[in-house]
Amino acid sequence: MRNVVNGVLRRDLRIDTRTPQVVPGMALFSISAFVVFHFALQQRSVSGNLAAGVLWVTLLLAAVLGIARQFVADREEGGFEGFLLAPVDRTALLVAKATSLFLFLIALEIVAVPAFLIMLLGPSPQEFWRLLLALALADLGIAFVGTLVGALAVQSRARDLLVPLLALPLLIPLLIGAVKISAPVFGGPVAAARWPWVLALYDLVFGLVAYAVFDFLLED
Amino acid sequence: MYGTRLRALSIATLITLTGGFALAAFYAPEDADQGFMQKILYVHVPLAIVALCGFVFAAVCAIQHLRTGESRWDLRSYVAIHMSLIFGAAVLITGSIWARASWGHWWVWDEPTLVSFLIVFLLYATYQPLRFSIEDRDKQGRYASVFAITAGAFVPLNFLAVRMAQSYTHPRVFATANGGLEPRMKVAFYVCLLGMALLYATLWKYEMTSKNTSAQIKRLRRRLAGDEGALPRRSASPTLEST
Repeated sequence: MRNVVNGVLRRDLRIDTRTPQVVPGMALFSISAFVVFHFALQQRSVSGNLAAGVLWVTLLLAAVLGIARQFVADREEGGFEGFLLAPVDRTALLVAKATSLFLFLIALEIVAVPAFLIMLLGPSPQEFWRLLLALALADLGIAFVGTLVGALAVQSRARDLLVPLLALPLLIPLLIGAVKISAPVFGGPVAAARWPWVLALYDLVFGLVAYAVFDFLLED
Repeated sequence: MYGTRLRALSIATLITLTGGFALAAFYAPEDADQGFMQKILYVHVPLAIVALCGFVFAAVCAIQHLRTGESRWDLRSYVAIHMSLIFGAAVLITGSIWARASWGHWWVWDEPTLVSFLIVFLLYATYQPLRFSIEDRDKQGRYASVFAITAGAFVPLNFLAVRMAQSYTHPRVFATANGGLEPRMKVAFYVCLLGMALLYATLWKYEMTSKNTSAQIKRLRRRLAGDEGALPRRSASPTLEST
């Protein structure tokens, strides 16, 4: 299983390093979104809850872009058929895809978070670890939900329409938690200490759901 | 033969629901704060509870579908979600009317149950577009079931997160609905809840009967016409195997 996961993961990473599509796309989108927010809100800098909201909405929409691209190559170039023909555990594809999405999200945040701090944030960030905690927990959840949604939508003809429609409602609890945890970093109010646990519960539940149902998305 | 107990079910629904509304209107006392407007509780809350139970029922049917691979479970799940969506639209409309009457706004964000319900409704509204955009029938059913299970797991998590997100607890009739509701109100409420559940069951059964009957007609027509009558039409609703 570990070999299969490694193989698929390395293939996905190699595809995106040779023909960079997903990560540069998401990163560019996030910076454009910050510019849009600047003009839409008519503010030079944001702080507190507003700052957390702007950052997380941007990250979420950028993640939706990545989710939509996740399985496209597999569908168009016959990756699914190849995988199904191989005598390997199908869960390996879920693990590999979720890991690659997780890594893509980290790459996105390495660009988007500093850009946000420079371009839009007013007060200097405090207690930066809160943001890191929120990012780690949210990325894990987005990786599971995103892989599931990407696999669900890729076989349909209205893929680009369905991915945001499916992913955004599913990610709302995650967004609530992430905003609550990271608001103090930008000078917002400190939320209750149980929010990281709620996010961890969300990650756990969707990890298990994805593990349970993913096989049925591959049968043919 | 389909729909054998449909008539009895319809009559029971009619009686219970009429009785429940009569109890709510005449037997239950008027609320001291909200007056007559509070009576919408007897429509809004049962609708919401029944719609959510319908979503859970759909998830259970979807699990059965994935386990057994029989398309009748897919049909059950499909019809349950369809009915719950209709009930859900009614919940949002009645909730909005209630909010307008008691707080003066058509939509209030600090009513966590209503907000959660909207999110759940938005998610399930994608169910039919998802089905419609997958042409392969077998795949359509399987993907729809995966969706129904995921969404079913999402419902409780979403309610938890949205409720926790409120910085303060709004004074709510709900909070008293479980604790200190007047006994006469409670009786009316439970009769209405039962009536709403029966209404859901009746409508569910009606649609199941209709789907089964039209599937049978299609089978018979195909047998009459040979293969030419078997032109499949693209649709979101599941087809039963021709047995």
